[in-house]
Amino acid sequence: MAWNRNQMAERAGRELRDGTYVNLGIGIPTLVSNYIPEGVDVTLQSENGMLGMGPFPTEDEIDADLINAGKQTITELHRTSYFSSADSFGMIRGGKIAMAILGAMEVAENGDLANWMIPGKLVKGMGGAMDLVAGVGRVIVIMDHANKKGESKLLKACTLPLTGAGVVDEIITNLGVFKVVEGGLKVIETAEGVTMDEIRELTEATLVN
Amino acid sequence: MKKTYNSAAEALEGVLFDGMKIAAGGFGLCGIPENLIEGIRDAGTTNLTVASNNAGVDDFGLGILLQSKQVKKMIASYVGENDEFMRQYLSGELELEFNPQGTLAERMRAGGAGIPGFYTKTGVGTVIAEGKEHKDFNGETYILEEGIVADLSIVKAWKGDRAGNLIYRKTARNFNPNAATCGKVCIAEVEEIVPTGSLDPDLIHTPGIFVHRIFEGGHEKRIEQRTVREG
Repeated sequence: MAWNRNQMAERAGRELRDGTYVNLGIGIPTLVSNYIPEGVDVTLQSENGMLGMGPFPTEDEIDADLINAGKQTITELHRTSYFSSADSFGMIRGGKIAMAILGAMEVAENGDLANWMIPGKLVKGMGGAMDLVAGVGRVIVIMDHANKKGESKLLKACTLPLTGAGVVDEIITNLGVFKVVEGGLKVIETAEGVTMDEIRELTEATLVN
Repeated sequence: MKKTYNSAAEALEGVLFDGMKIAAGGFGLCGIPENLIEGIRDAGTTNLTVASNNAGVDDFGLGILLQSKQVKKMIASYVGENDEFMRQYLSGELELEFNPQGTLAERMRAGGAGIPGFYTKTGVGTVIAEGKEHKDFNGETYILEEGIVADLSIVKAWKGDRAGNLIYRKTARNFNPNAATCGKVCIAEVEEIVPTGSLDPDLIHTPGIFVHRIFEGGHEKRIEQRTVREG
């Protein structure tokens, strides 16, 4: 049995370190906030200009002036601070954010990341992703191991335009956890019931020991 | 010096011209200068280059200037959520310069601070870096990005006074303080103009020197992704 979205998010939660500032991307990465381990205190950054992001609001708490980077309504905490976009990316580029957890379309074995456009098809933009991967301490990708056609998203080389070159440190997929190392990807952990043979079958990237 | 005006139309009087470059505050639909965008639509100014993180949605925010085909070029980091934008871009009617979000913010900040260019790691090894100067510092490669100086900045704040001092609210601050600095003229729309002297000088986000015109307007404050938890 491969991991589901929540199990992938829970696994990513175990990468969080006490006392750090962390940026969570849109989609499965957002779910990681539900799985911050007991005793680990992290402050979530939202790159539109907020540190100390709280949970989604109740109907009564909705405030149009308070959204996250995915444009979803959210709430503040006692520790919250707000700042401009230039200050926000100053702390990102300046290396103050320990970790970013992002989704991806493709990751290559050398750590290249593609998650912002499909030429001719999907033109949405990179938002803050290029700044994040260039600036934060560690970059962890959470994504399905294969695309809807069943093709590996862990590649020898990305085919889509890059978000960053050699920026990914670790990848959490529904099949396991992979670390970017010299020469390829190292399997750190397999999801319960997933065999190495299944992983080899579904991975284009070079797997190293 | 009189900075206060009664409406967007009045505040925009004499500053608009075809082919001009405009820097706009806002992130998604949060903290956008709704009234000024409508005022520019009503004025019919064309061939605009607009620097803004997003382009609104089809029928709100900067999206209405795309509907009316007043925009020639967008400088933005994210244009999802806007079908008309996508259509005009893919058909070649609209020019688009993608900027990473932090690069766009810093380009505005730099432009407003008299800094013509800066080096950043963001985008190295991607299409964003193509054609830009590369330079190594301490063994790492950076690219040169240029500051943005706009003919006009349009921003939205929570409160402002007659001296043009501005305070933003929560994440509606976003690009507004940066956009405010980079225009040769900056017009701010606020939810409330308060008596000069009533804002705590220690808590002002944008000092009045950056703001040339200010007016009070009503704000719809549309929410793009209404997300709630069980109460």
